[in-house]
Amino acid sequence: MSRSNRTSGHPSSPLSRRRFARLAGAAAAVSFVAAPFVARGQAAGRVVVVGGGFGGATAARYLKKAAPELTVRLVEPAARFVTCPYSNLVLGGWRELESISHGYEALRDRWGVELVRDEATAIDTAARRVRLGGGDSLIYDRLVIAPGIALRAPEEGGIEGYDAAAHARMPHAWKAGEQTLLLRRQLEAMPDGGLFVLAAPPNPFRCPPGPYERASLIADYFKREKPRAKILILDSKETFSKQPLFQQAWARFYGDMIEWVSLAADGKVVRVDAASGELETEFGTLHRADVANVVPPQQAAAIARSAGLADASGWCPVDARTFESRLAEGVHVIGDSAIASPMPKSGFAANSQGKTAAAAVIAALSGQGQPQPAWVNTCYSHVAPGYAISVAAVYRAGASGIEAVEGAGGTSPLDWDDANRKLESAYADGWYDSITADMFS
Amino acid sequence: MSKSGLATACVAAAYLATAAPALAEEPADVSILVETCAGCHGTDLGGSGAIPSLRAHKAEYVAFTLRAFRDDERVATVMNRLAKGYSDAQIAALAAYLATLN
Repeated sequence: MSRSNRTSGHPSSPLSRRRFARLAGAAAAVSFVAAPFVARGQAAGRVVVVGGGFGGATAARYLKKAAPELTVRLVEPAARFVTCPYSNLVLGGWRELESISHGYEALRDRWGVELVRDEATAIDTAARRVRLGGGDSLIYDRLVIAPGIALRAPEEGGIEGYDAAAHARMPHAWKAGEQTLLLRRQLEAMPDGGLFVLAAPPNPFRCPPGPYERASLIADYFKREKPRAKILILDSKETFSKQPLFQQAWARFYGDMIEWVSLAADGKVVRVDAASGELETEFGTLHRADVANVVPPQQAAAIARSAGLADASGWCPVDARTFESRLAEGVHVIGDSAIASPMPKSGFAANSQGKTAAAAVIAALSGQGQPQPAWVNTCYSHVAPGYAISVAAVYRAGASGIEAVEGAGGTSPLDWDDANRKLESAYADGWYDSITADMFS
Repeated sequence: MSKSGLATACVAAAYLATAAPALAEEPADVSILVETCAGCHGTDLGGSGAIPSLRAHKAEYVAFTLRAFRDDERVATVMNRLAKGYSDAQIAALAAYLATLN
Protein backbone atom coordinates (compact mmCIF):
# COMPACT_ATOMS: atom_id res chain seq x y z
CA MET A 1 0.00 0.00 0.00
CA SER A 2 1.20 3.48 -0.71
CA ARG A 3 0.74 4.55 2.88
CA SER A 4 2.98 1.77 4.19
CA ASN A 5 5.60 2.65 1.63
CA ARG A 6 5.61 6.24 2.74
CA THR A 7 5.85 5.49 6.41
CA SER A 8 8.40 2.71 6.12
CA GLY A 9 10.68 5.03 4.23
CA HIS A 10 10.71 7.49 7.09
CA PRO A 11 14.29 7.80 8.33
CA SER A 12 13.37 7.92 12.01
CA SER A 13 11.20 4.83 11.90
CA PRO A 14 12.80 1.75 13.43
CA LEU A 15 9.63 -0.27 12.92
CA SER A 16 8.82 -2.85 10.35
CA ARG A 17 5.83 -2.04 8.20
CA ARG A 18 3.75 -4.81 9.66
CA ARG A 19 4.58 -3.85 13.22
CA PHE A 20 3.95 -0.19 12.54
CA ALA A 21 0.50 -0.89 11.16
CA ARG A 22 -0.34 -2.96 14.23
CA LEU A 23 0.88 -0.34 16.64
CA ALA A 24 -0.75 2.51 14.80
CA GLY A 25 -4.02 0.59 14.99
CA ALA A 26 -3.60 0.04 18.71
CA ALA A 27 -2.65 3.65 19.35
CA ALA A 28 -5.61 4.82 17.34
CA ALA A 29 -8.00 2.60 19.26
CA VAL A 30 -6.70 3.86 22.58
CA SER A 31 -6.83 7.52 21.64
CA PHE A 32 -10.38 7.28 20.36
CA VAL A 33 -11.57 5.81 23.59
CA ALA A 34 -9.62 8.12 25.85
CA ALA A 35 -10.12 11.30 23.86
CA PRO A 36 -13.17 11.35 21.65
CA PHE A 37 -13.08 13.49 18.56
CA VAL A 38 -14.33 16.53 20.44
CA ALA A 39 -12.73 17.28 23.76
CA ARG A 40 -15.57 18.24 26.07
CA GLY A 41 -15.83 21.81 27.22
CA GLN A 42 -14.21 23.27 24.14
CA ALA A 43 -17.13 23.96 21.89
CA ALA A 44 -19.27 26.50 23.70
CA GLY A 45 -21.74 28.21 21.47
CA ARG A 46 -25.31 28.50 20.30
CA VAL A 47 -26.43 26.22 17.54
CA VAL A 48 -29.87 26.44 15.98
CA VAL A 49 -31.16 23.48 13.99
CA VAL A 50 -34.10 24.16 11.68
CA GLY A 51 -36.17 21.09 10.84
CA GLY A 52 -36.74 17.96 12.90
CA GLY A 53 -36.55 15.26 10.22
CA PHE A 54 -33.81 12.78 9.37
CA GLY A 55 -31.13 15.46 8.93
CA GLY A 56 -32.11 17.90 11.68
CA ALA A 57 -32.96 15.43 14.44
CA THR A 58 -29.73 13.54 13.79
CA ALA A 59 -27.66 16.73 13.81
CA ALA A 60 -29.22 17.95 17.07
CA ARG A 61 -28.69 14.59 18.76
CA TYR A 62 -25.10 14.17 17.60
CA LEU A 63 -24.23 17.77 18.52
CA LYS A 64 -25.30 17.23 22.11
CA LYS A 65 -23.85 13.72 22.23
CA ALA A 66 -20.37 14.97 21.31
CA ALA A 67 -20.51 18.42 22.94
CA PRO A 68 -23.05 18.55 25.79
CA GLU A 69 -22.00 22.10 26.69
CA LEU A 70 -23.42 23.45 23.44
CA THR A 71 -26.79 25.15 23.45
CA VAL A 72 -28.74 23.38 20.75
CA ARG A 73 -32.21 24.61 19.80
CA LEU A 74 -34.29 22.52 17.44
CA VAL A 75 -36.91 24.55 15.59
CA GLU A 76 -39.76 22.30 14.50
CA PRO A 77 -43.48 23.14 14.49
CA ALA A 78 -44.72 19.53 14.63
CA ALA A 79 -44.96 17.63 17.91
CA ARG A 80 -44.18 14.36 16.16
CA PHE A 81 -42.28 13.44 13.02
CA VAL A 82 -43.87 11.01 10.58
CA THR A 83 -41.21 9.34 8.43
CA CYS A 84 -41.56 9.25 4.66
CA PRO A 85 -39.64 5.96 4.69
CA TYR A 86 -42.16 3.26 5.57
CA SER A 87 -45.14 5.52 4.77
CA ASN A 88 -45.66 3.35 1.68
CA LEU A 89 -46.28 0.49 4.10
CA VAL A 90 -49.17 2.50 5.54
CA LEU A 91 -50.55 2.97 2.02
CA GLY A 92 -50.31 -0.78 1.43
CA GLY A 93 -52.14 -1.50 4.68
CA TRP A 94 -49.09 -3.14 6.24
CA ARG A 95 -48.62 -0.59 9.01
CA GLU A 96 -50.47 2.07 10.99
CA LEU A 97 -49.28 5.66 10.84
CA GLU A 98 -48.62 5.61 14.59
CA SER A 99 -45.85 3.06 14.08
CA ILE A 100 -43.92 5.50 11.87
CA SER A 101 -44.48 8.55 14.11
CA HIS A 102 -41.75 9.67 16.49
CA GLY A 103 -41.65 12.24 19.30
CA TYR A 104 -38.83 14.58 20.28
CA GLU A 105 -38.98 13.91 24.04
CA ALA A 106 -35.72 11.92 24.22
CA LEU A 107 -33.85 14.67 22.38
CA ARG A 108 -35.00 17.04 25.10
CA ASP A 109 -34.91 14.83 28.20
CA ARG A 110 -31.94 12.58 27.47
CA TRP A 111 -29.74 14.84 25.39
CA GLY A 112 -30.69 18.36 26.49
CA VAL A 113 -31.79 19.68 23.12
CA GLU A 114 -34.09 22.69 23.58
CA LEU A 115 -37.23 22.15 21.55
CA VAL A 116 -38.63 25.28 19.92
CA ARG A 117 -42.08 24.31 18.75
CA ASP A 118 -42.45 26.96 16.12
CA GLU A 119 -41.84 27.56 12.46
CA ALA A 120 -38.75 29.34 11.13
CA THR A 121 -40.21 32.06 8.92
CA ALA A 122 -37.06 34.00 7.94
CA ILE A 123 -33.32 33.74 8.35
CA ASP A 124 -30.93 36.70 8.36
CA THR A 125 -27.61 34.99 7.65
CA ALA A 126 -25.67 38.27 8.05
CA ALA A 127 -27.08 38.91 11.53
CA ARG A 128 -27.11 35.14 12.29
CA ARG A 129 -30.73 35.28 13.36
CA VAL A 130 -33.69 32.98 12.79
CA ARG A 131 -37.12 34.58 12.99
CA LEU A 132 -39.95 32.44 14.29
CA GLY A 133 -43.65 32.41 13.38
CA GLY A 134 -44.53 33.33 16.97
CA GLY A 135 -42.55 36.56 16.62
CA ASP A 136 -39.42 35.67 18.57
CA SER A 137 -35.94 35.45 17.09
CA LEU A 138 -33.07 33.08 17.81
CA ILE A 139 -29.45 34.17 17.50
CA TYR A 140 -26.96 31.50 16.45
CA ASP A 141 -23.23 31.05 16.18
CA ARG A 142 -23.86 28.18 13.76
CA LEU A 143 -27.03 27.20 11.97
CA VAL A 144 -27.88 23.73 10.69
CA ILE A 145 -30.83 23.80 8.35
CA ALA A 146 -32.56 20.61 7.24
CA PRO A 147 -35.92 21.86 5.97
CA GLY A 148 -36.59 19.18 3.35
CA ILE A 149 -38.36 19.70 0.07
CA ALA A 150 -41.01 21.99 -1.33
CA LEU A 151 -43.41 20.77 -3.99
CA ARG A 152 -43.17 23.14 -6.93
CA ALA A 153 -46.31 25.17 -7.46
CA PRO A 154 -47.59 25.54 -11.05
CA GLU A 155 -45.86 28.93 -11.41
CA GLU A 156 -42.58 27.49 -10.06
CA GLY A 157 -42.15 24.87 -12.74
CA GLY A 158 -44.70 22.50 -11.23
CA ILE A 159 -47.72 20.92 -12.90
CA GLU A 160 -50.53 23.14 -14.23
CA GLY A 161 -53.54 22.85 -11.93
CA TYR A 162 -51.60 21.16 -9.14
CA ASP A 163 -51.82 23.97 -6.58
CA ALA A 164 -52.26 23.70 -2.81
CA ALA A 165 -56.03 23.21 -3.18
CA ALA A 166 -55.46 20.31 -5.57
CA HIS A 167 -53.29 18.55 -2.97
CA ALA A 168 -56.48 17.85 -1.02
CA ARG A 169 -58.12 16.07 -4.00
CA MET A 170 -55.06 14.46 -5.58
CA PRO A 171 -52.69 13.85 -2.67
CA HIS A 172 -48.95 13.88 -3.19
CA ALA A 173 -48.32 11.99 0.06
CA TRP A 174 -44.66 12.97 -0.41
CA LYS A 175 -44.61 14.50 3.06
CA ALA A 176 -45.87 11.80 5.38
CA GLY A 177 -48.76 12.32 7.77
CA GLU A 178 -52.21 13.64 6.87
CA GLN A 179 -51.44 13.28 3.16
CA THR A 180 -50.57 9.61 3.66
CA LEU A 181 -53.87 8.99 5.45
CA LEU A 182 -55.81 10.90 2.79
CA LEU A 183 -54.38 8.79 -0.01
CA ARG A 184 -54.99 5.62 2.01
CA ARG A 185 -58.66 6.55 2.50
CA GLN A 186 -59.03 7.22 -1.23
CA LEU A 187 -57.50 3.83 -2.06
CA GLU A 188 -59.85 2.13 0.40
CA ALA A 189 -62.84 3.90 -1.14
CA MET A 190 -61.83 3.09 -4.72
CA PRO A 191 -64.04 0.45 -6.38
CA ASP A 192 -62.56 -2.83 -7.59
CA GLY A 193 -61.71 -2.39 -11.26
CA GLY A 194 -60.75 1.25 -10.68
CA LEU A 195 -57.68 3.02 -12.02
CA PHE A 196 -54.97 4.37 -9.70
CA VAL A 197 -52.58 6.80 -11.40
CA LEU A 198 -49.22 7.72 -9.87
CA ALA A 199 -47.49 10.70 -11.50
CA ALA A 200 -43.75 10.31 -10.81
CA PRO A 201 -41.46 13.37 -10.78
CA PRO A 202 -38.34 14.31 -12.74
CA ASN A 203 -34.89 14.17 -11.10
CA PRO A 204 -33.79 15.29 -8.62
CA PHE A 205 -36.43 14.43 -6.05
CA ARG A 206 -36.89 13.01 -2.56
CA CYS A 207 -36.52 9.22 -2.31
CA PRO A 208 -35.68 8.00 -5.83
CA PRO A 209 -37.11 4.46 -5.39
CA GLY A 210 -40.13 5.78 -3.45
CA PRO A 211 -42.73 5.99 -6.26
CA TYR A 212 -41.97 2.44 -7.36
CA GLU A 213 -42.05 0.96 -3.87
CA ARG A 214 -45.37 2.77 -3.46
CA ALA A 215 -46.80 1.26 -6.63
CA SER A 216 -45.64 -2.17 -5.40
CA LEU A 217 -47.27 -1.97 -1.99
CA ILE A 218 -50.51 -0.51 -3.35
CA ALA A 219 -50.49 -3.38 -5.86
CA ASP A 220 -50.18 -5.79 -2.94
CA TYR A 221 -53.21 -4.14 -1.32
CA PHE A 222 -55.19 -4.29 -4.57
CA LYS A 223 -54.23 -7.91 -5.12
CA ARG A 224 -55.80 -8.76 -1.78
CA GLU A 225 -58.81 -6.41 -1.80
CA LYS A 226 -59.48 -5.19 -5.37
CA PRO A 227 -57.91 -7.69 -7.77
CA ARG A 228 -59.35 -6.07 -10.92
CA ALA A 229 -57.81 -2.64 -10.16
CA LYS A 230 -55.06 -1.17 -12.35
CA ILE A 231 -52.02 0.96 -11.54
CA LEU A 232 -50.67 3.38 -14.11
CA ILE A 233 -47.33 5.09 -13.41
CA LEU A 234 -46.90 8.18 -15.57
CA ASP A 235 -43.22 9.05 -15.33
CA SER A 236 -41.25 12.18 -16.15
CA LYS A 237 -38.10 10.04 -16.45
CA GLU A 238 -36.67 7.53 -18.90
CA THR A 239 -35.36 5.23 -16.18
CA PHE A 240 -35.77 4.85 -12.45
CA SER A 241 -34.00 3.51 -9.38
CA LYS A 242 -33.68 -0.31 -9.15
CA GLN A 243 -35.81 -0.51 -12.32
CA PRO A 244 -34.93 -4.06 -13.46
CA LEU A 245 -35.50 -5.39 -9.94
CA PHE A 246 -38.87 -3.66 -9.58
CA GLN A 247 -40.08 -4.71 -13.01
CA GLN A 248 -38.99 -8.31 -12.49
CA ALA A 249 -40.93 -8.46 -9.21
CA TRP A 250 -43.98 -6.65 -10.62
CA ALA A 251 -44.34 -9.21 -13.39
CA ARG A 252 -44.01 -12.05 -10.93
CA PHE A 253 -46.27 -10.82 -8.13
CA TYR A 254 -48.73 -8.51 -9.85
CA GLY A 255 -48.93 -9.74 -13.46
CA ASP A 256 -50.11 -6.88 -15.65
CA MET A 257 -51.64 -4.84 -12.82
CA ILE A 258 -48.84 -2.21 -12.95
CA GLU A 259 -48.14 -0.34 -16.18
CA TRP A 260 -45.18 2.06 -16.32
CA VAL A 261 -45.08 4.81 -18.96
CA SER A 262 -41.69 6.42 -19.57
CA LEU A 263 -41.05 10.05 -20.52
CA ALA A 264 -40.52 9.13 -24.18
CA ALA A 265 -43.74 7.08 -24.21
CA ASP A 266 -45.65 10.22 -23.13
CA GLY A 267 -45.41 9.71 -19.39
CA LYS A 268 -44.83 13.31 -18.34
CA VAL A 269 -47.90 14.82 -16.64
CA VAL A 270 -48.16 18.53 -17.50
CA ARG A 271 -51.70 19.37 -16.31
CA VAL A 272 -54.20 18.01 -13.83
CA ASP A 273 -57.83 18.77 -13.09
CA ALA A 274 -58.28 17.79 -9.48
CA ALA A 275 -62.11 18.10 -9.64
CA SER A 276 -62.55 15.60 -12.47
CA GLY A 277 -59.52 13.37 -11.71
CA GLU A 278 -58.06 14.07 -15.11
CA LEU A 279 -54.32 14.08 -15.88
CA GLU A 280 -52.93 15.30 -19.18
CA THR A 281 -49.50 14.32 -20.46
CA GLU A 282 -47.00 16.21 -22.60
CA PHE A 283 -48.31 14.99 -25.96
CA GLY A 284 -51.94 15.54 -25.03
CA THR A 285 -53.09 12.13 -23.77
CA LEU A 286 -55.85 12.37 -21.16
CA HIS A 287 -56.09 9.87 -18.31
CA ARG A 288 -59.10 9.73 -15.99
CA ALA A 289 -58.06 8.38 -12.59
CA ASP A 290 -60.30 7.02 -9.85
CA VAL A 291 -57.46 7.87 -7.46
CA ALA A 292 -54.57 10.07 -8.50
CA ASN A 293 -51.32 10.42 -6.56
CA VAL A 294 -49.40 13.35 -8.00
CA VAL A 295 -45.75 13.67 -6.97
CA PRO A 296 -44.75 16.94 -8.60
CA PRO A 297 -41.32 18.42 -9.41
CA GLN A 298 -39.51 19.55 -6.27
CA GLN A 299 -37.05 22.10 -4.91
CA ALA A 300 -35.55 23.05 -1.57
CA ALA A 301 -38.03 24.13 1.11
CA ALA A 302 -39.16 27.78 1.01
CA ILE A 303 -37.20 28.81 4.11
CA ALA A 304 -33.92 27.74 2.50
CA ARG A 305 -34.70 29.64 -0.69
CA SER A 306 -35.90 32.82 1.05
CA ALA A 307 -32.74 32.78 3.19
CA GLY A 308 -30.65 32.93 0.03
CA LEU A 309 -29.24 29.44 0.45
CA ALA A 310 -30.45 28.04 -2.89
CA ASP A 311 -29.01 28.65 -6.34
CA ALA A 312 -30.90 28.94 -9.64
CA SER A 313 -31.62 25.19 -9.57
CA GLY A 314 -33.79 25.66 -6.48
CA TRP A 315 -31.44 23.51 -4.38
CA CYS A 316 -28.67 24.48 -1.94
CA PRO A 317 -24.99 24.20 -2.90
CA VAL A 318 -22.72 23.08 -0.05
CA ASP A 319 -19.11 22.32 0.69
CA ALA A 320 -18.61 18.57 0.32
CA ARG A 321 -16.55 18.21 3.47
CA THR A 322 -18.63 20.20 5.96
CA PHE A 323 -21.99 20.75 4.26
CA GLU A 324 -21.51 24.45 4.97
CA SER A 325 -23.46 26.57 2.52
CA ARG A 326 -21.51 27.97 -0.41
CA LEU A 327 -23.78 31.01 -0.23
CA ALA A 328 -23.79 31.91 3.49
CA GLU A 329 -21.15 31.60 6.18
CA GLY A 330 -21.89 29.70 9.36
CA VAL A 331 -24.85 27.83 7.85
CA HIS A 332 -24.83 24.09 7.17
CA VAL A 333 -27.51 22.78 4.81
CA ILE A 334 -28.21 19.05 5.02
CA GLY A 335 -30.76 16.55 3.80
CA ASP A 336 -33.02 16.75 0.78
CA SER A 337 -32.59 20.50 0.24
CA ALA A 338 -28.81 20.23 -0.21
CA ILE A 339 -27.01 19.45 -3.46
CA ALA A 340 -25.11 16.34 -2.40
CA SER A 341 -25.12 14.36 -5.63
CA PRO A 342 -24.16 11.54 -6.11
CA MET A 343 -25.75 10.94 -2.70
CA PRO A 344 -29.50 10.54 -3.17
CA LYS A 345 -32.15 12.58 -1.40
CA SER A 346 -32.86 9.84 1.13
CA GLY A 347 -33.52 9.66 4.85
CA PHE A 348 -30.41 7.55 5.24
CA ALA A 349 -28.28 10.17 3.44
CA ALA A 350 -29.77 12.97 5.55
CA ASN A 351 -28.99 11.03 8.73
CA SER A 352 -25.43 10.52 7.51
CA GLN A 353 -25.12 14.22 6.64
CA GLY A 354 -26.52 15.22 10.05
CA LYS A 355 -23.48 13.59 11.64
CA THR A 356 -21.17 15.40 9.22
CA ALA A 357 -22.74 18.75 10.04
CA ALA A 358 -22.56 18.07 13.80
CA ALA A 359 -18.84 17.25 13.58
CA ALA A 360 -18.19 20.25 11.32
CA VAL A 361 -20.05 22.66 13.62
CA ILE A 362 -18.18 21.40 16.68
CA ALA A 363 -14.83 21.62 14.89
CA ALA A 364 -15.59 25.19 13.80
CA LEU A 365 -16.77 26.32 17.24
CA SER A 366 -13.81 24.75 19.02
CA GLY A 367 -11.24 25.98 16.53
CA GLN A 368 -10.20 22.50 15.43
CA GLY A 369 -9.43 21.38 11.89
CA GLN A 370 -12.33 19.96 9.95
CA PRO A 371 -12.48 16.17 10.11
CA GLN A 372 -12.53 13.98 7.03
CA PRO A 373 -16.16 12.92 6.56
CA ALA A 374 -17.49 9.52 5.56
CA TRP A 375 -20.95 8.56 4.33
CA VAL A 376 -22.97 5.50 3.52
CA ASN A 377 -26.39 5.13 1.97
CA THR A 378 -28.56 2.04 1.93
CA CYS A 379 -32.10 2.24 0.57
CA TYR A 380 -34.33 -0.78 0.98
CA SER A 381 -37.60 -1.06 -0.93
CA HIS A 382 -40.35 -3.50 -0.07
CA VAL A 383 -41.93 -4.98 -3.17
CA ALA A 384 -44.13 -7.79 -1.84
CA PRO A 385 -44.57 -9.45 1.58
CA GLY A 386 -41.22 -10.96 2.60
CA TYR A 387 -39.58 -9.64 -0.56
CA ALA A 388 -37.39 -6.53 -0.59
CA ILE A 389 -34.56 -5.10 -2.70
CA SER A 390 -31.82 -2.59 -1.95
CA VAL A 391 -29.34 -0.14 -3.37
CA ALA A 392 -26.24 0.89 -1.44
CA ALA A 393 -23.17 3.08 -1.81
CA VAL A 394 -20.17 4.34 0.14
CA TYR A 395 -19.16 7.98 -0.34
CA ARG A 396 -16.17 10.16 0.46
CA ALA A 397 -15.12 13.76 -0.02
CA GLY A 398 -12.71 13.78 -2.94
CA ALA A 399 -11.02 16.43 -5.03
CA SER A 400 -14.15 17.06 -7.10
CA GLY A 401 -16.61 17.00 -4.19
CA ILE A 402 -18.63 14.06 -2.95
CA GLU A 403 -17.67 10.87 -4.75
CA ALA A 404 -19.07 7.36 -4.67
CA VAL A 405 -16.23 4.98 -3.80
CA GLU A 406 -15.54 3.05 -6.97
CA GLY A 407 -16.19 -0.66 -6.93
CA ALA A 408 -18.47 -0.43 -3.90
CA GLY A 409 -22.24 -0.29 -3.72
CA GLY A 410 -24.87 -1.20 -6.27
CA THR A 411 -28.23 -2.94 -6.21
CA SER A 412 -29.28 -6.37 -5.06
CA PRO A 413 -28.45 -8.88 -7.82
CA LEU A 414 -31.24 -9.58 -10.30
CA ASP A 415 -30.73 -13.35 -10.07
CA TRP A 416 -31.00 -13.69 -6.29
CA ASP A 417 -33.17 -16.39 -4.80
CA ASP A 418 -36.17 -15.77 -2.55
CA ALA A 419 -34.17 -16.39 0.62
CA ASN A 420 -32.08 -13.29 -0.05
CA ARG A 421 -35.15 -11.18 -0.88
CA LYS A 422 -36.66 -12.30 2.41
CA LEU A 423 -33.46 -11.44 4.27
CA GLU A 424 -33.51 -7.97 2.76
CA SER A 425 -37.08 -7.46 3.90
CA ALA A 426 -36.05 -8.39 7.45
CA TYR A 427 -33.01 -6.13 7.21
CA ALA A 428 -35.21 -3.29 5.97
CA ASP A 429 -37.30 -3.57 9.14
CA GLY A 430 -34.13 -3.65 11.26
CA TRP A 431 -32.82 -0.63 9.38
CA TYR A 432 -36.00 1.33 10.10
CA ASP A 433 -35.80 0.66 13.84
CA SER A 434 -32.07 1.45 13.91
CA ILE A 435 -32.18 4.72 12.03
CA THR A 436 -35.20 6.08 13.86
CA ALA A 437 -33.50 5.24 17.16
CA ASP A 438 -30.39 7.03 15.86
CA MET A 439 -32.55 10.15 15.60
CA PHE A 440 -35.10 9.95 18.38
CA SER A 441 -33.83 7.73 21.24
CA MET B 1 7.06 -5.52 24.79
CA SER B 2 8.62 -3.45 27.55
CA LYS B 3 6.82 -0.40 28.84
CA SER B 4 9.38 2.02 27.42
CA GLY B 5 9.36 0.15 24.12
CA LEU B 6 5.60 0.59 23.86
CA ALA B 7 5.86 4.27 24.69
CA THR B 8 8.48 4.77 22.01
CA ALA B 9 6.39 2.91 19.50
CA CYS B 10 3.33 5.02 20.27
CA VAL B 11 5.29 8.22 19.96
CA ALA B 12 6.72 7.05 16.67
CA ALA B 13 3.28 6.09 15.45
CA ALA B 14 1.82 9.41 16.51
CA TYR B 15 4.68 11.27 14.89
CA LEU B 16 4.34 9.38 11.63
CA ALA B 17 0.60 9.87 11.58
CA THR B 18 1.08 13.63 11.89
CA ALA B 19 4.04 13.79 9.55
CA ALA B 20 2.23 12.05 6.72
CA PRO B 21 -0.81 14.14 5.78
CA ALA B 22 -3.98 12.10 5.68
CA LEU B 23 -4.66 10.72 2.25
CA ALA B 24 -7.84 12.06 0.74
CA GLU B 25 -9.40 8.61 0.78
CA GLU B 26 -8.57 7.95 4.42
CA PRO B 27 -11.08 9.42 6.88
CA ALA B 28 -9.05 10.87 9.69
CA ASP B 29 -11.11 9.63 12.56
CA VAL B 30 -12.50 6.16 13.13
CA SER B 31 -15.27 7.59 15.30
CA ILE B 32 -16.63 9.27 12.16
CA LEU B 33 -16.13 6.15 10.08
CA VAL B 34 -18.00 4.02 12.60
CA GLU B 35 -20.96 6.40 12.56
CA THR B 36 -21.70 5.20 9.03
CA CYS B 37 -22.46 1.76 10.52
CA ALA B 38 -25.04 3.13 12.97
CA GLY B 39 -27.69 3.82 10.32
CA CYS B 40 -28.37 0.06 10.12
CA HIS B 41 -26.58 -1.51 13.09
CA GLY B 42 -28.10 0.86 15.62
CA THR B 43 -27.17 4.05 17.35
CA ASP B 44 -25.01 2.17 19.88
CA LEU B 45 -24.12 -0.49 17.29
CA GLY B 46 -26.07 -3.02 19.32
CA GLY B 47 -28.01 -4.33 16.33
CA SER B 48 -31.74 -4.28 15.70
CA GLY B 49 -34.09 -7.10 14.76
CA ALA B 50 -32.38 -9.21 12.10
CA ILE B 51 -29.38 -6.87 11.92
CA PRO B 52 -26.50 -8.09 14.09
CA SER B 53 -24.78 -6.23 16.90
CA LEU B 54 -21.27 -4.97 16.19
CA ARG B 55 -20.38 -4.84 19.86
CA ALA B 56 -18.20 -7.23 21.85
CA HIS B 57 -16.52 -8.93 18.90
CA LYS B 58 -12.81 -9.57 18.80
CA ALA B 59 -10.93 -7.26 16.45
CA GLU B 60 -9.58 -10.21 14.47
CA TYR B 61 -13.10 -11.47 13.84
CA VAL B 62 -14.41 -8.09 12.68
CA ALA B 63 -11.44 -7.51 10.38
CA PHE B 64 -11.64 -11.05 8.98
CA THR B 65 -15.37 -10.76 8.37
CA LEU B 66 -15.24 -7.33 6.73
CA ARG B 67 -12.41 -8.44 4.44
CA ALA B 68 -14.29 -11.63 3.60
CA PHE B 69 -17.40 -9.60 2.74
CA ARG B 70 -15.30 -7.24 0.65
CA ASP B 71 -13.56 -10.04 -1.24
CA ASP B 72 -16.81 -12.04 -1.73
CA GLU B 73 -15.37 -14.90 0.29
CA ARG B 74 -18.33 -14.75 2.64
CA VAL B 75 -21.77 -14.22 1.17
CA ALA B 76 -24.00 -11.59 2.77
CA THR B 77 -26.64 -9.28 1.30
CA VAL B 78 -25.77 -5.60 1.44
CA MET B 79 -22.44 -6.01 3.26
CA ASN B 80 -20.65 -7.43 0.21
CA ARG B 81 -21.45 -4.17 -1.57
CA LEU B 82 -20.66 -1.87 1.36
CA ALA B 83 -17.42 -3.54 2.51
CA LYS B 84 -15.89 -2.88 -0.91
CA GLY B 85 -15.87 0.81 0.03
CA TYR B 86 -13.35 0.34 2.84
CA SER B 87 -9.56 -0.03 2.64
CA ASP B 88 -7.45 -2.45 4.69
CA ALA B 89 -6.42 0.43 6.94
CA GLN B 90 -10.02 1.50 7.49
CA ILE B 91 -11.10 -2.07 8.22
CA ALA B 92 -8.26 -2.41 10.75
CA ALA B 93 -9.24 0.85 12.42
CA LEU B 94 -12.92 -0.14 12.56
CA ALA B 95 -12.05 -3.56 13.98
CA ALA B 96 -9.83 -2.08 16.67
CA TYR B 97 -12.50 0.44 17.61
CA LEU B 98 -15.39 -2.02 17.69
CA ALA B 99 -13.37 -4.40 19.86
CA THR B 100 -13.34 -1.75 22.58
CA LEU B 101 -17.16 -1.77 22.85
CA ASN B 102 -18.55 -4.12 25.48
